[in-house]
Amino acid sequence: MSDMAIKKVLLDPIANDNPIALQILGICSALAVTTSLQLSIVMTVAVCLVTAFSSMSVSMIRNHIPSSIRIIVQMTIIATLVIVVDQLLRAFAYELSKQLSVFVGLIITNCIVMGRAEAFAMKNGPVMSFVDGIGNGLGYGAILIAVAIVRELLGAGSLFGIEIMTTTNNGGWYQPNGLLLLPPSAFFIIGLIIWGLRSWKPEQNEAPDFKIKAHVTKEAF
Amino acid sequence: MFEHYLSLFIKAVFVENMALAFFLGMCTFLALSKKIDAALGLGIAVIVVLGITVPVNNLIYTSLLKDGALAWAGYPDVDLSFLGLLTYIGVIAALVQILEMVLDKYFPDLYNALGVFLPLITVNCAIMGASLFMVERDYTFGESAVYGVGAGVGWALAIVALAGIREKLKYSDVPEGLRGLGITFITVGLMSLGFMSFSGISL
Repeated sequence: MSDMAIKKVLLDPIANDNPIALQILGICSALAVTTSLQLSIVMTVAVCLVTAFSSMSVSMIRNHIPSSIRIIVQMTIIATLVIVVDQLLRAFAYELSKQLSVFVGLIITNCIVMGRAEAFAMKNGPVMSFVDGIGNGLGYGAILIAVAIVRELLGAGSLFGIEIMTTTNNGGWYQPNGLLLLPPSAFFIIGLIIWGLRSWKPEQNEAPDFKIKAHVTKEAF
Repeated sequence: MFEHYLSLFIKAVFVENMALAFFLGMCTFLALSKKIDAALGLGIAVIVVLGITVPVNNLIYTSLLKDGALAWAGYPDVDLSFLGLLTYIGVIAALVQILEMVLDKYFPDLYNALGVFLPLITVNCAIMGASLFMVERDYTFGESAVYGVGAGVGWALAIVALAGIREKLKYSDVPEGLRGLGITFITVGLMSLGFMSFSGISL
C-alpha cells in the first residue's frame, strides 16, 4: 500500500468527506458533549480508538462473517470495545466519566463506528481500515473541538475550565452568553460550520429540489 | 400513583424530549425527515420498540445484572453491571428482529409501511439512550414502561414536526452552501429553542 493512499484515507474525512458535515453520521454525541472542551477531547479520543480498532477487527474477519448476521457481529465487537473504554474511564478519570454519563455508552450506537465498519472495513484490509477509523475519528473530533471552543469560550468565558475572559460574576468585563451553553446553540454552530465548509468546497453543495426561474420581463407589445 | 406516572410521561414527551433536549437518534432524525409519511412510520416504529425494550432491559438489569441481583441464584457478591452495554444492545437487536418477524407474519400492512426503517432502529441512539437513562435513574418496572413509551412519543412528535417544516422548506430559496443539511441543522436548533420553554416546568 502506497503512502499516498494511506494519507488520503487518513486526511480525507477531515475536510473533504467529514463524517458529521457530509455523511450525517455521529451527530448525537457531537451536540451533547460540546459544552466543554475537555469533554470533547476525551470523546474524540474515545471515538477514534473505538472506530479504529472495531474497523480493524471487522476487517480481519470480514471474509468469515455470513452477511445475514454481520450487524450482530459488528455490534458485539463494538460493544466490547466500548465497555473497555468505559471501564478505563471509570478507573482512571472517574469525574470525567460521570460528566459524560450515558454518552460513552452511546458510542456503540454512534453511526460513525457502525457506518465505517459497514462501508469501509467490510471491503478493505485491516491496516487501511485502521487508518480509515482514525481518520474518521479525527474528522469527527475536528468538528467537536471547533464547536466546543466556541461554546465554552463564549458561553462560559473559559477553556479547559480555566478562565480566559473574566466574567462579570467574578468582577471582570465579559458578560457570558448563556445561550451558547444551552442545547440549541450547538445546532446553530454546526449549521454555520457546514455553511462555511461548503462555501470553501462548493462541490459538497446539495442540489436544490426546485430551481427559481430567472426573472423575465415581458416586452409590452 | 396514576399522577406520578402521568407526570413522568409528560416529562419524557416534552421536558426531556429525546431528540430536541438530549439530541438522541439525531442521525436518523436528520436523514429521514424529508417526508411526513416516512417520518410518521419511523416515529411509530420507535414508539413500539422503545415501549418494549426499556421495560425488558429494566427486568434484565434488576434481576440479573445489578450488584447483588444474583442473590436468588446463590451469588450475592456478583456484580455484572459492566456487561450492561453489551446486554442492552443485544436485547435491542434481538427485539427488533423478533418484532420484524411478528409484524411480517401478522400485520403485513404495517410491516410494508415501515419497510427499511425497522432494522435501522437497532442503531438509533434514542433506544439505547433510553435504556441507559432508565438504569441511571433507577426506574422501577412500571416507571420504565411509562418512560419508554413517553420517550418514543416525544421522539415521534419531533421528527413529524421537523418533516412538516422541511416539506415546506424545499420551496424556499436557501443560500447555496446552507442548502440541505445546513438549513436543517438551523431549523432543528430553532425547534429545540422552542422546546426549551418546557424546561422550566417541574412536575
